[in-house]
Amino acid sequence: MKCADEFRDRTITDRLLEQLERLVNGPLRIMEVCGTHTVAIFRHGIRSLLPAEVELISGPGCPVCVTPAGHIDAFVQAASRPGVLTATFGDLLRVPGSHGSLADARAGGARVEMIYSPMDALDLAGKHPDLTIFFPAVGFETTAPTIAATVLEAQRQGLDNFCLFPGCKLMPPPLAALMTGDDLRLDGLLCPGHVSAIIGSRAYTFLAREHHLPCAVAGFEPADILAGLVSLADQKRQQKARVENCYSRVVRPEGNPRARELLLRVFTPADGQWRGLGVIPGSGLELREEFQAFDARQRLALSPQTVPEPAGCRCGEILQGRLLPPDCPLYGTACTPSRPQGPCMVSSEGTCGAYYRFSPAPPAPDTEKEKP
Amino acid sequence: MCLAIPMRVLATQTTADDSTVPREAVVDADGIRKTVRLDLADRIPRPGDYVIVHAGFVIRTLSESEARANLALMRQMAEGLETGPEGSGP
Repeated sequence: MKCADEFRDRTITDRLLEQLERLVNGPLRIMEVCGTHTVAIFRHGIRSLLPAEVELISGPGCPVCVTPAGHIDAFVQAASRPGVLTATFGDLLRVPGSHGSLADARAGGARVEMIYSPMDALDLAGKHPDLTIFFPAVGFETTAPTIAATVLEAQRQGLDNFCLFPGCKLMPPPLAALMTGDDLRLDGLLCPGHVSAIIGSRAYTFLAREHHLPCAVAGFEPADILAGLVSLADQKRQQKARVENCYSRVVRPEGNPRARELLLRVFTPADGQWRGLGVIPGSGLELREEFQAFDARQRLALSPQTVPEPAGCRCGEILQGRLLPPDCPLYGTACTPSRPQGPCMVSSEGTCGAYYRFSPAPPAPDTEKEKP
Repeated sequence: MCLAIPMRVLATQTTADDSTVPREAVVDADGIRKTVRLDLADRIPRPGDYVIVHAGFVIRTLSESEARANLALMRQMAEGLETGPEGSGP
């Protein structure tokens, strides 16, 4: 058993789709929180298979997209310091702040390298003892423990030329914040797969109990996503909200306590600033006192500011599920993957980028005119 | 970006300065080989096991029986049967 192919097999997906058709008998408005879900839903062509009443909107689950422009400016500021080598996840490279992106800084002469794991930044620190390795740390509960383990390893190795900007975020607080507004009218939440592997399916119980919001934890294969939607449709039909774990091969109710313990050994929850959602109490992660030496804000004298979004950019509303990409005036015209204005168009898992890549091309204006 | 595909463990290995507990695993998915860390693994995998990898770290070791149970849960859901405590989360 490869633990993947079986969950793509049509003998199971066809039956889940039939069941979904049976259960959906009115509008069903679902938010998929995780950016990887957004992309997987497009990639597997799932939207085209769903009953017309099912509406899928994206939430604040793309870590690069929710990183505020002021933080991007601070990353660019760090990258431009002499003697600094910036080691970054690839997704962050082209995200624009108010004065360009890390890619622009690199074009201007800054040393910026793409890494796959935060541990790669430690390899760079070992190879370049004469440089300070700067790591802009963004991500949710899945990525934050990998960064915590990296900080502990840096401490163990006594590396003093490695520092990071603590920009990681926690997922439950913004979900709670979204639910306190009454205008989203959600019928269900497709909960993230690998964030849940760490925090556990129990972490969403408050959404079902206090906000009466049906929740389904789902993986990324077609059967996973369809099973999640079947669960949400069934919960709506029964008018009974619970948390159903449809990704039980990876997600336990209690999550991964070992990863959470490591995370909390290095970081402590603090207020977090989100693009589009503002400051959310308890949603950020700061380095604990004993790891302050790794904080790039002190080491490189960075001063993150609050800056306005690019003019006309509606990423903030898209991240809250209040707007779909085609409703943004910049989408597909001033903002495209090759010339992105906002983060949702840049990131490989941003909602606008996914819409743009997987939607049929709009007719060119002159062919439109030729129509009878 | 989450890596959705489980990777198969070829071997586990200790690091040079720590010779007791395996700290790393060599994993493969469709011919792509990587060395990944085991700091966050819920259970140390054995060769042949499948694991979920995120940013160079194993975050979950899969078991065949759990994967089969997950598939059985989905079949039940497709038939409209009650999924019981296994599927009902907390």
